[in-house]
Amino acid sequence: MQFFSRKNWWKILGVLLIYYVLIYGFLIEVPRLSILNETIRNLFFHVALWFAMFILLIVSVVYSVKYLKNSDLNVDIIASEFATAGIVFGVMGISTGSIWARFTWGDWWVNDPKLNATTIALLIYLAYFVLRSSIEDNHQKGRISAVYNIFAFAAAVPLIFILPRLTDSLHPGSGGNPGFSAYDLDNNLRKVFYPAVVGWSLIGVWFTTMRIRIKKLKMITEEHHLN
Amino acid sequence: MVFVPCSLAQNEENTKVEMADNMRAEGKIYVVVLVVTIVFTGLTIYAINTERRLTKLEKEMRSLKSEEDS
Repeated sequence: MQFFSRKNWWKILGVLLIYYVLIYGFLIEVPRLSILNETIRNLFFHVALWFAMFILLIVSVVYSVKYLKNSDLNVDIIASEFATAGIVFGVMGISTGSIWARFTWGDWWVNDPKLNATTIALLIYLAYFVLRSSIEDNHQKGRISAVYNIFAFAAAVPLIFILPRLTDSLHPGSGGNPGFSAYDLDNNLRKVFYPAVVGWSLIGVWFTTMRIRIKKLKMITEEHHLN
Repeated sequence: MVFVPCSLAQNEENTKVEMADNMRAEGKIYVVVLVVTIVFTGLTIYAINTERRLTKLEKEMRSLKSEEDS
């Protein structure tokens, strides 16, 4: 099959890593923590999705900066599709987090700095897509949304990673809550968690490249109609 | 960073914490793993298939374009 070719090695790696995560994520021995119990395994999915989102958003910002340098519409497409994939992962992260919160903290949503700040960050990104869809001219759209994307990223980093740590929060990695060191430094969890981050990121990149290719095809047909 | 070693010794101390030990002992966890793996296999094949169609479409588009240019 054409999929198993050398240039697709990273897609195959991504799929294999997710197989590993799905199998060992359930079978591996995890630390016995009260309240969390077996739900600690959500670390491989919920937390890994957030990390993957962050990686995708970094790629998006890099391409936005690149667009401002060379005004190539293909680069604008790449930036916007990586942002889309990142936000898809972010929405999955927030909804899985909500379910996890229901069964460990007792409610679907708690008024917690970490949760509220990440919601704001996601909303800032949603405005990015609204902004994109509201501008007709492609070059103008590219320039304005590239600038906005850089702003959104610059706002998301302190909102997600810095501000919640300055206050008390239920969420691990905030206030007096020592990172997720209590879980993360457990060797077994680490063995699955890091592959999960890489695996989900690669899957995200794979789908993003397909979306970019579709957008490029669409651009060609649009040009064709104009001529 | 505060290092909290979560060693096996600590795990043994916490045997009071309820885990799905029974499910594991009975081997039922493998049923879950098998189901999840099959679902993921199906989705992967579906994605590969979708990508193949996309590649085909790109090829068609390229040949159409070269026809037009000539």
